[in-house]
Amino acid sequence: MLQLVGVSKSFQGVVAVQPLDLTVAEGRTTVLIGPSGCGKSTLLRLMVGLIEPDNGQVLFDGVPITRSSARQLRQRIGFVVQDGGLFPHLSARENITLLARHLGWPASRLKDRVTQLAELTHFPLDKLAFYPAQLSGGQRQRVSLMRALMLDPTLLLLDEPFAALDPLIRYELQAELREIFRQLNKTVVLVTHDLTEAGYLGDEVVLMHAGRIVQQAPYRTLLEQPAEEFVTRFIQAQRPPETI
Amino acid sequence: MRTLYWLAVLLLVCPGCRRASPDVVRVGSKAFTASAILGELVKHLCTAVGVEAVHRERLGDTSKTWEGLLAGELDVYVEYTGTLTQEILAKEQIRSLEQLQATLARRGLKMSRSLGFRDNYALGMREEQAEALGIRSISDLEKYPKLRVGLSHAFLERADGWHGLKQRYHLPYATPRGMEHALAYQGLVNGSLDVIDVYTADAKILQYGLRVLEDDKSYFPSYEAVLLYRADLEQKSPSALASILRLQGAISERQMQEMNLLAENESNPIPETVIAADFLADQLQVRVEARPESTLDRLLRMTREHLLLVSSSLLLAVLTAVPLGVFASRSALLEQGILGLVGVVQTFPSLALLSVLIVLLGQIGTIPAIIALYLYSLLPIVRNTCTGLSDIPLSLRESAEALGFSWVARLRLIDLPLASRSILAGIKTAAVINVGFATLGGLIGAGGYGQAIMSGLDKNDYRLILLGAVPAVLLALLAQGLFELIERLIVPRGLRLKPAR
Repeated sequence: MLQLVGVSKSFQGVVAVQPLDLTVAEGRTTVLIGPSGCGKSTLLRLMVGLIEPDNGQVLFDGVPITRSSARQLRQRIGFVVQDGGLFPHLSARENITLLARHLGWPASRLKDRVTQLAELTHFPLDKLAFYPAQLSGGQRQRVSLMRALMLDPTLLLLDEPFAALDPLIRYELQAELREIFRQLNKTVVLVTHDLTEAGYLGDEVVLMHAGRIVQQAPYRTLLEQPAEEFVTRFIQAQRPPETI
Repeated sequence: MRTLYWLAVLLLVCPGCRRASPDVVRVGSKAFTASAILGELVKHLCTAVGVEAVHRERLGDTSKTWEGLLAGELDVYVEYTGTLTQEILAKEQIRSLEQLQATLARRGLKMSRSLGFRDNYALGMREEQAEALGIRSISDLEKYPKLRVGLSHAFLERADGWHGLKQRYHLPYATPRGMEHALAYQGLVNGSLDVIDVYTADAKILQYGLRVLEDDKSYFPSYEAVLLYRADLEQKSPSALASILRLQGAISERQMQEMNLLAENESNPIPETVIAADFLADQLQVRVEARPESTLDRLLRMTREHLLLVSSSLLLAVLTAVPLGVFASRSALLEQGILGLVGVVQTFPSLALLSVLIVLLGQIGTIPAIIALYLYSLLPIVRNTCTGLSDIPLSLRESAEALGFSWVARLRLIDLPLASRSILAGIKTAAVINVGFATLGGLIGAGGYGQAIMSGLDKNDYRLILLGAVPAVLLALLAQGLFELIERLIVPRGLRLKPAR
């Protein structure tokens, strides 16, 4: 599905991602995790072609993502940024349908799809006419998710989708998102710095540190068989409730 | 968008259409009362023999009328021999009348005999102060180094002006900064100045009872009033030329002063066109109907002209500056280059820019004024477009890019609507500044409210100044209000909402 081969990236001489290989399994949820500045967000942006690698290739279904191919491929990739990235001048419905309308979808098809997505994400239909400024943080993230899912992409990328939400809303939305991922059976890559979130949502966890992949494994394996000392330190830093 | 372009083209061409009719005799005048009256006299004499004539009033200083005549924008105006020999053609070192005529002929111009009066430069003082100090001639000034001197810009600059005068008479005064001539008169009358430069035919000499100091060392050259006209006027309209040449030797210095005084009468100023018609009836037995513009007509005409200047320059600016701003936002280098360039234009002093444009375009009036206003409008619009686009938050830019829109689609659907408020604010700034700047159109014959302000200033007529200044202020406020309304219509509703939390 998605393959990174010998990919590296520096910004003005500062290494963000060291040469690495990564395969994202189809139909499963992969979580990129690590401390701030470990390169996880850079990796996500490489996957959607927002930035180009200095070396190596990002392959989407075997096709390299380049400046010229990215635009076509992006219609098969959904992308959700941290604060939702909703366009403030458009209503929730207009945000969701912007691209599909531009591609010439008929009105009935637009309407059906939005209704379907609103049901999926538990978004109240009467708030579709609201502007982002009139919505709560959780609602904005739902709209952002609907926008990413509108064209039914095969790959869904999420950059810290819960970071700006308060704990109760986050808890609720995490559960819903897990349900949605299960239902849709899509390939998902999610970035977070919260290990429990990674364990809860991810089939596979990719722990990064200083621009390299430290360990790629299911959550359980990470806990039970840490590949190196940094993994242990990172796990311990998450402070389980019983230690408080 | 296409409609807007055609509208802009139409607006630009319209003033041109009006000017194009070939048979009309075009009379010019400079921005002072005597010149405006003389212009009316010439116009009336054309219409008296059935030739249509337009008078483009108060075009500014000598350079405007001279350039207008050379460029074929004007057919005739009244000039002074001293101005020709000492100023316009100073480089030619003209010593005789024959030499002057030959020099003019090489430029396709001709000159009439004197109209009968001189309008020499001179120094003037309040009568009672001059009497008290015993000052009769310029030589007497040497004994009074404490007198305060105020001089017009032109007098300071002229080859036959202040610097030579100071040397010839050993005047004990430091060179003051130049000021508007009308203000110098006011300074003299209210006592803040003691000596100023005056014109001998000026009404203010009679009006304020000034003493004109005798030029006892014959420093000032003679300024005989003459008709200066294009040689091709002889072919174009021989009857009009024959008619206007009747002004030769027809006006005495006293008559000119009196006509000036009528026009500048504070309580009851008479329109120049009426003064000119009355003079022709009395002195030359020429009957013409003077149709002075009513105040309302004048206001409407000025409003029309002002709106033309502002709207067409603004429209052109919007059509070019918004794309420029979009372009500038593409990279830091482009931004620096483009903003730097339009910023330099902004630093040009307005009068200098107008003068340069008149020479470059070879014409006076509406077109150079529109272009100057257009150039001044660029910076606020380009800058606001560019910052409006650059200020779009990263998360929105990434979201837009990740959706896979083409650059054009993204600009139309996302970037421009998001920057719309900033862009409109730039256009609003440009519009409001433009309304003010457009009053400078009065200096180069482009009309507008500036015309009333300039002639009011010259004639010391506060009502006339207000007739131009008040509507200009109101129009600026109106523009402000209009753009706030447009903002409500154009800026998407979602951008005007305050976030819920």
